[in-house]
Amino acid sequence: MLEALQHNGWTIIGPKVQDGVIVLDEIQSVDDFPIGYSDRQGPARYRLTRRANKAVFGYNVGPQSPKAVLHAARKVIWRGKKNDLKSQETAEPLPHIAFVGIRPCELKAILIQDDVLLRGPYGDAFYAARRKNLFFIVVNCGQAGGTCFCASTNSGPKADSGFDLSATELMGNDDHRFLMQAGSRRGEELLASLPARPVTEEDLKESGALFAHAVETMGRTLDTHGLKELLYQQLENPRWQEVAERCLGCGNCTSVCPTCFCSTVEDWTSLDGSEARRERRWDSCFSVDFSYIHGGSIRQTGMSRYRQWMTHKLAAWQDQFGTLGCVGCGRCITWCPVGIDITEEAAAIRSSAQQKEALDGND
Amino acid sequence: MTPRPFRVKRTYAETDDTFTLELEPERPEEGFAFAAGQFNMLYAYGVGEVPISISGDPLKPLPLIHTTRSVGLVTEALRRLKKGDLIGVRGPFGTSWPVIPARGSDVVIVAGGIGLAPLRPALYHVLRNREDYGQIALLYGTRTPSDMLFTKELEQWRGRFDMDVGITVDRATGSWRGNVGVVTRLISRAPFDPHNTVAMVCGPEIMMRYTVMELTKRGVPESRVFVSMERNMKCGIGLCGHCQFGPSFICKDGPVYPHDVLTPWLRRWEI
Repeated sequence: MLEALQHNGWTIIGPKVQDGVIVLDEIQSVDDFPIGYSDRQGPARYRLTRRANKAVFGYNVGPQSPKAVLHAARKVIWRGKKNDLKSQETAEPLPHIAFVGIRPCELKAILIQDDVLLRGPYGDAFYAARRKNLFFIVVNCGQAGGTCFCASTNSGPKADSGFDLSATELMGNDDHRFLMQAGSRRGEELLASLPARPVTEEDLKESGALFAHAVETMGRTLDTHGLKELLYQQLENPRWQEVAERCLGCGNCTSVCPTCFCSTVEDWTSLDGSEARRERRWDSCFSVDFSYIHGGSIRQTGMSRYRQWMTHKLAAWQDQFGTLGCVGCGRCITWCPVGIDITEEAAAIRSSAQQKEALDGND
Repeated sequence: MTPRPFRVKRTYAETDDTFTLELEPERPEEGFAFAAGQFNMLYAYGVGEVPISISGDPLKPLPLIHTTRSVGLVTEALRRLKKGDLIGVRGPFGTSWPVIPARGSDVVIVAGGIGLAPLRPALYHVLRNREDYGQIALLYGTRTPSDMLFTKELEQWRGRFDMDVGITVDRATGSWRGNVGVVTRLISRAPFDPHNTVAMVCGPEIMMRYTVMELTKRGVPESRVFVSMERNMKCGIGLCGHCQFGPSFICKDGPVYPHDVLTPWLRRWEI
C-alpha cells in the first residue's frame, strides 16, 4: 500500500519512534512504523514499552498531532520591503501528503480545525493551502490508553467518516491482517490495487470485539451531558482556584492539543530596516500576554486562564462551532507536567455544582 | 493576511497623547467602504499591527481617518508617521453601529474619552440623515478639558438646534466653566424618549457599565443599548483566538454588540 501511494506521488507521514516517543514523521517503508511498540500513559506520564507481538499500530497517540503539519507552529505570513509593502510570501500548498496511521480522534481534530480555520467569514489561506492534497489512512484503535476518552467525545475508537481508507489491525495467533474500509473514491481505487479478500462475518466480529474492548478500557471518561450550561453557570466555582494552584501556566496542553488553534504574530526586520517579515506562531491562552491590552492583561490570574481554556474547549466551542473543542485524545493530561486532568476537573465542577444544588434544595 | 498599502496624507495631534491619521490608498481604484463602528488592522512597518476603529465619515470613506492614542510600541510608531509614509491596512472588520435599525427612534450617543472616535462615524451618519431620526443627543465625558477630542466639531455640534450636546469632565482645569463629574450624570437630563431610543456607547468598560445602568434606569431596554468592546487582537478575522469574550470573538461577532448579549459575561471577572 505504501509503495502504491509513493508510486502515485504521495509523501507519507505517519508514526515513528524518535527520542523515546512516537512522533509523526516521513515514512519510507513499513519498517519505519513503531512495530512491536506500545505506550503507557497517565497524568504527566508517558513511557514507550515493548509488546509481545509484532503489531504495527499497537499504541495510542504521541505528543504530536497532524496539527504540527497542517497548522504549522511557525509560518511567515508576510514579507515585504519598507517602500513597497507588497507581500513576497504566498500560501504554497504542501507536497501531496498521505497521513498513514493517524487515529480517529486525530482525524476528528482536523475536521474541527477545518470548521475554525476554513468556515468563518474569512478563511485562513495558509491552512487552506496545506489542507489541499491530503490523503487520510486512519487506523482505528483496538486498545485505549490510560488518558484516552474518545468514547465520551464521540470521536473514536472507530472513525466513521472523513478518511480515504480506514484500517483495523487484527492479530490472530498466526495471522496478521488489516480490515480495510474505503471512505472515498480515491480510497476505493487504492484498495482495489491491494491484495485483499472480501470481509467475513468473523472479521467484523473480531473488530467489533476490539472496539468494545477499547471503549471498556478507556482510561478516562468525560460526562458531556449539559456540559456547556454547567460550565457557563460555574464560572465562579472555587475549583478553578484549586486547579490554578497546581497549574504552571506552561502551555504544554495547548501545544499538544490537536484542536487548539490560537496564534500570535511576531514582527522581524533586517538590521538596516529595509526588509521586514511577520511570522505567525502558536500561542497559548495560558500566557499572561495573551489577553494584553493597553493598561494590562485581562486575565491576570492563573484561575482565569485555566477557566478560559477549559470553558472554551468544552463549552464556548459549542456556541462558536457547533461541536466540542475536545476529541478525547488525552494529550493534555499525559503531557501536563503536573498531571492536571481535564476530565477530573470537569467532574469536580459537576459534583460541586450538584452538591450545592442539593444543599440549596434542602434549605 | 496581506495589508493594503496606504500613504499618510495628513497627521495631526488631537490632544497631548491622541492623534489622527488621514490615509490615501496606493491603489485608489480598489476603493474603500466601511460601516460606522468598524475597525481596521493598521500595520506599522516592522513594528506590528493593531486594531484601530475608523473615525471618519462612512459616506466619504477616503481619505481613511483613524484617531487613536499612543499607548504602546505600535501606536507610538503610528504617531511618529510623517506625511508620505507608507502604512499597511487590513479591513474593515467587525460589526457596526445600528444606524439603520435606529431610524425613527431617538438616538443617544454616550462617549468616554477616546471612545468618541469610533462613534463619530455614527454621528456623521445620523446628522447627514437628520430627518430619519427623532431627538439626537451626544453626551461626552473626558478626564480633563484638554483630553477632549474633535473640539472644533464639538463646538459646531453644540451650535446646532437639532441636537443636544452634553459635555462633562472629571477634573476641571484652566478656564473650564462647564459640567464637572462623570458622563453618566448627564443621562438623567438628556432629552430622549426611553421607550423609543437607541443608545450607542463607547468608552472604558467601567464607564460603559455605569452608562448602561443609568440608561436602563431611565427605561431604555438593554437590547437597544449598543456598546463597543475592546480586546487583544492579532488577526482581526476570527482565526487567532485572542479576542474571545465568553462564546464570542470580538473581531467578528463584535466589536459592537447589543448589551443584552454581553450581560452574562460582563458581570464576571477576567473573562
